[in-house]
Amino acid sequence: MTEHTAPAAPAAPTPGRAARPRVTGAEALIRALEHSGVDVVFGIPGGAILPAYDPLHDSVKLRHVLVRHEQGAGHAASGYALATGRPGVCMATSGPGATNLVTPIADAYMDSVPIVAITGQVPTQLIGTDGFQEADISGITLPITKHNFLVTKPGDIARTIGEAFHLASTGRPGPVLVDIAKDALQLTTEFGWPVPFDLPGYRPVSRPHSKQVREAARMIVEARRPVLLVGGGVLRARASAQLAELAELTGAPVITTLMARGAFPDSHRQHLGMPGMHGTVAAVGALQKADLIVALGARFDDRVTGKLASFAPGAAIVHADIDPAEISKNRHADVPIVGDCRDVIADLVAAVNSEHAAGRKGDYSAWWALLDNMRTTYPLGYEQPADGSLAPQYVIERIGKMAGPEAVFVAGVGQHQMWAAQFVSYQRPGTWLNSGGLGTMGFAVPAAMGAKVGRPDAQVWAIDGDGCFQMTNQELATCALEGIPIKVAVINNGNLGMVRQWQTLFYNQRYSNTDLGDSGPAVGPAGTQQRGTRIPDFVKLAEAYGCAGLRCERAEDVDGVIETAAKTEDRPVVIDFVVHHDAMVWPMVPAGTSNDDIQFARDMAPDWDRTD
Amino acid sequence: MSTHTLSVLVENKPGVLVRIAGLFARRGFNIDALAVGPTEHDEISRMTIVVNCAEHPLEQVTKQLNKLVNVLKIVELDPGASVQRELLLVKVRADAEARPAVLGTIELFRAKVVDVAPDAVTVEASGDRDKLDALVRVLEPFGIKELVQSGIVGIGRGARSITDRSLRPVGDGGRVTDRSA
Repeated sequence: MTEHTAPAAPAAPTPGRAARPRVTGAEALIRALEHSGVDVVFGIPGGAILPAYDPLHDSVKLRHVLVRHEQGAGHAASGYALATGRPGVCMATSGPGATNLVTPIADAYMDSVPIVAITGQVPTQLIGTDGFQEADISGITLPITKHNFLVTKPGDIARTIGEAFHLASTGRPGPVLVDIAKDALQLTTEFGWPVPFDLPGYRPVSRPHSKQVREAARMIVEARRPVLLVGGGVLRARASAQLAELAELTGAPVITTLMARGAFPDSHRQHLGMPGMHGTVAAVGALQKADLIVALGARFDDRVTGKLASFAPGAAIVHADIDPAEISKNRHADVPIVGDCRDVIADLVAAVNSEHAAGRKGDYSAWWALLDNMRTTYPLGYEQPADGSLAPQYVIERIGKMAGPEAVFVAGVGQHQMWAAQFVSYQRPGTWLNSGGLGTMGFAVPAAMGAKVGRPDAQVWAIDGDGCFQMTNQELATCALEGIPIKVAVINNGNLGMVRQWQTLFYNQRYSNTDLGDSGPAVGPAGTQQRGTRIPDFVKLAEAYGCAGLRCERAEDVDGVIETAAKTEDRPVVIDFVVHHDAMVWPMVPAGTSNDDIQFARDMAPDWDRTD
Repeated sequence: MSTHTLSVLVENKPGVLVRIAGLFARRGFNIDALAVGPTEHDEISRMTIVVNCAEHPLEQVTKQLNKLVNVLKIVELDPGASVQRELLLVKVRADAEARPAVLGTIELFRAKVVDVAPDAVTVEASGDRDKLDALVRVLEPFGIKELVQSGIVGIGRGARSITDRSLRPVGDGGRVTDRSA
């Protein structure tokens, strides 16, 4: 080998290209997150993700909220996304850290929530060898992510993060997982931003087909009994203003699904309420008797349709959705419209205006007479418990009224969730957050945490059941320490309420494994009155977590306790509302039955013939 | 006819096959046959999938497939307008006595012998599914020791290529829209 006599002159820099800094993969990750507009990450460090936490320590733009369980991080990311409209971010280490994210990722997938989950992975040479804390999280989350990536080279990190945010937040939003091998975080690479995407197979739909829109407008003005069925897609598209315009222009009735509450003001006279298994008689009846259903960002979920064969038997369907696969999946669409709801509804407004200008306007007066009759004959309501205990519906109603239309409500899953959807009046988008598609118990507290972080000036109420509360209340510690003063109303009936309701109605009151400590001897000090075992004592638990703990057992105390909670801003508040344990959610369309068989009270169905 | 043959162009990346197989499994779509291999482009692989559409309409299958980020294009191969072939290797019992009859049968199908043993021959045949089924039925009386079949591959007839922008893709949202504009 010959020796060089003199070193070669350094190469001239390529014109127009600044020298790219050389950074570790970890630094590239943090910078990419910053450039993607992220302001908060919820997570827990661990071995494989450790290298990323070092540059995170120095980041000024990124706030990291250290949670107590990765599931809390995942749901917090969802709550943040639902409250702000921006993608939520959660971070966990490999193995069990990553698998603890599976539930919130599946939840975000079912409800189309934009989140980016970043997990550490064992070093590339250990992948596939059953290494310490190794889990094939990419494989595990294949069916529950919009897309996922395994990154093994530091040079791929920045581009992949950019792609992840793009995928999560465009088209039909959804969770994207980025699994990064530890050595990729440790090795160095050049960092540049932005990096062009390499997603040749991803082409989200843009503008809706104008011919379809015109056809839909024609059907709207020609229909005698139309219904606007509004789903969560209208909220994802931020199309509430367009929806209000369309509703008022057409004069058609509006129904908002569980995922769309708040997309159209509850107080509006054209709003019939929520459809579905626990929907209002008017909303369910309207769907069953409609001759035209204009579904906007809704997916004809089984909770809404009941038995498909007898769902909306006389209705033609206009189905507008950003995801073409939802159209004609459960119910054939006569007029399919693929597009973003904001564009579709705006175009529909223009097309209906054209119809009106040509002298064609819908006449729904007979329809409204029928619907108003349904509304007045079968309004939402509840009974006061015969034994004098607190009605859970009353508690929720009062919280709703006192917190007002600007507050953000987050619920768990179960009876309390249904009452929160029914008895709180939602006027604005982004004021109702819940887990609809997956129905994840334990959603409320961490999602409320995420929502509060995203909207610190809003009053955030988590309406939770006592069953749900026990699944994720560890995040109260996070809230107390990080200055996230959420308010938690535990609707405590001492049971798994919704399951108990089904056991009451369909299993002969055989309460198999639904008692969470409701019955059983009271363990309070001698001479005190209390119901149930109070295991756990939610007030003591709240205080142990650094929160204010309050208890309320009587109707006359409800308003006072809510006001105390509202005034407490220096720490989270938990209120143990001890409520009647046999309250039922009505109306009800039992699973697998027809919407026609809706019951508004036990064994009481509407007299459809009389309402016609 | 409730089966449809789809030609799916996918990115040539690790894990794409499992994404597609997983999609079919969890949605309950029935795969009758699946073959995957390279194309004339390095970054693109091609899967030929025979879908049984008795349970779920083809439209739903293609729309769900299109949602996968790694799927680039889906084209349905109409049996009348495409060439579809499958490869079969079958080991048939054939001692000295039976061999002439076996060989004679094989020649009728334009198949060939690729291995010979004292009491067996291995036959290679290619053709459409019907032809190979017929060959197997005819060889059965001799005694089939082992059989392996490749799965269908197909290509459209004529001069146009699947990567031609003018070839209409399947499953573009409710209506087939021509994105070549």
